Amino acid sequence: MSVLGAVDYFEPWWVQIIKSVLLFALGLQMVPVILLAERKLLGRFQGRPGPNRVGPFGMLQPLADIGKLATKADFRPRTSIGWLFALAPIISILTAAAAFSLIPFGNTVDIFGTQVGLYGVDVSIGPLYLFAFGAIAFYGIMLGGWASGSKYSFLGAMRAAAQLISYEVAQGLALVGVIMTAGTLSLTEIVEAQAGMWYIVPQFLGFLIFLVAGFAETNRAPFDLVEADAELVGGYNTEYGGARFASFFFAEYLNILVVAGITTTVFLGGWMLPFGIDPPTWVDPIVVLSKMMAFVFFFVWIRATLPRLRYDQLMSFGWKILLPLATLNALVTAIIVVLHDNGTIF
Amino acid sequence: MHDWHPGNDQLVVVHGPQPGGAGGAYRIFGETLRGLKTTFARVVEGTNTIAYPEEKVPVYPRFRGRHRLHRFEDTGLEKCVGCSLCAAACPADCIRVVAAENTSEHRVSAGERYASVYEINLSRCIFCGYCEVACPFDAITMGNDFEMSDYLRSDLIFTKEMLLAEPFERSPIRAEGE
Repeated sequence: MSVLGAVDYFEPWWVQIIKSVLLFALGLQMVPVILLAERKLLGRFQGRPGPNRVGPFGMLQPLADIGKLATKADFRPRTSIGWLFALAPIISILTAAAAFSLIPFGNTVDIFGTQVGLYGVDVSIGPLYLFAFGAIAFYGIMLGGWASGSKYSFLGAMRAAAQLISYEVAQGLALVGVIMTAGTLSLTEIVEAQAGMWYIVPQFLGFLIFLVAGFAETNRAPFDLVEADAELVGGYNTEYGGARFASFFFAEYLNILVVAGITTTVFLGGWMLPFGIDPPTWVDPIVVLSKMMAFVFFFVWIRATLPRLRYDQLMSFGWKILLPLATLNALVTAIIVVLHDNGTIF
Repeated sequence: MHDWHPGNDQLVVVHGPQPGGAGGAYRIFGETLRGLKTTFARVVEGTNTIAYPEEKVPVYPRFRGRHRLHRFEDTGLEKCVGCSLCAAACPADCIRVVAAENTSEHRVSAGERYASVYEINLSRCIFCGYCEVACPFDAITMGNDFEMSDYLRSDLIFTKEMLLAEPFERSPIRAEGE
């Protein structure tokens, strides 16, 4: 208990179990919603209505997709490495769910006399936890691609590895500015620190860099060269089918939610509303979810607009533009923070 | 013949701007914003699709759809006299005609003979319309029906009765000049 107390686990154990089940259920509920929203929106962006046959307005389309995938045979190529091949989707989905637990949907609230935080965990290492699980998630992709024993999968996995190292440094440095300004690594405290002004204003450059890196982390267009359907036939998931493919798919969309949630938390003031509007506490999760949905819309918008970058273009963009900009951002922020603390400015 | 030397050709290669640098960053963000505007305009514009089974694009008057055989409107006799010119004209060889003699008791067509068997294998037909051109009596014409899919190949062999029957009003037709 003393260890849990040291990391601010003030909640009783049963609350944590309920919360984890709820969070997983929330993730499972959100993924079909954004799946459908993406396909509908993508259709609108291309002047067509999108899926509208299954159920009213095509709302049962994700259900039909899942049903189709779940009932398909679990096959694997003869050249694959069995247990790694089976392990990869599990790694993907577990890390995505673990990262999802980080998103704060609200502050600590009092439910029937029990203090409950509206988040999975409020770890004192916040963004580091995110990067840790984001990096492990790539093991899922890399192992999946490598263990498939197929050239296309292997190329996708190699690209995933190269992509990871070329954007993740910039992504981390983009958050350093926020962490220095807020003076804390806890995500709820970062949200609390944005009471006066959301960090998107003072840290606009950091926001842009984080967002661009977020596209790379979720393997979304224009950085979807890990799957690159046109050249790699799906990349790391070429040889996957059935429930395992569904796991990869689920993890991918859960990762979109994670990136949207983290960006909301870190740059868009989490559950705060602008102009001094202070709604009751029960609105907080709705505010966070709507901000996340706005990001999902933006993700789809970008996907409908930008073509896929070439492999070397992503590398040069990551190393030559994003990384120097992120470093500069962190440096300038550090100088301003020090001067501010000294009382020299402001 | 004049001599051609491969070395004489000048290959002009136009390079796009190199990625990276300040110009690259400007191009990336400026053009991205322009692209975002373009795609969002498509959302505002609305969809441009026709929900096919519910809405159908009317076919043009000269559209070559499923064949129809015709009767004389006044006497009710078949126009086809079983001359097999359509079968001869058919490049896909999908028409089969077996002719029989008309008798005074059993008169089917206006001519000497009639088609006792007239079959079109629609799974082979290429809808070229040569049969229509070849027919001396305008007995066979191309209709405007284009929904002919079926589950069995044998169901796609249309017999004389099927071709003579009035088709269901399934395909809307456009007026001339519309």
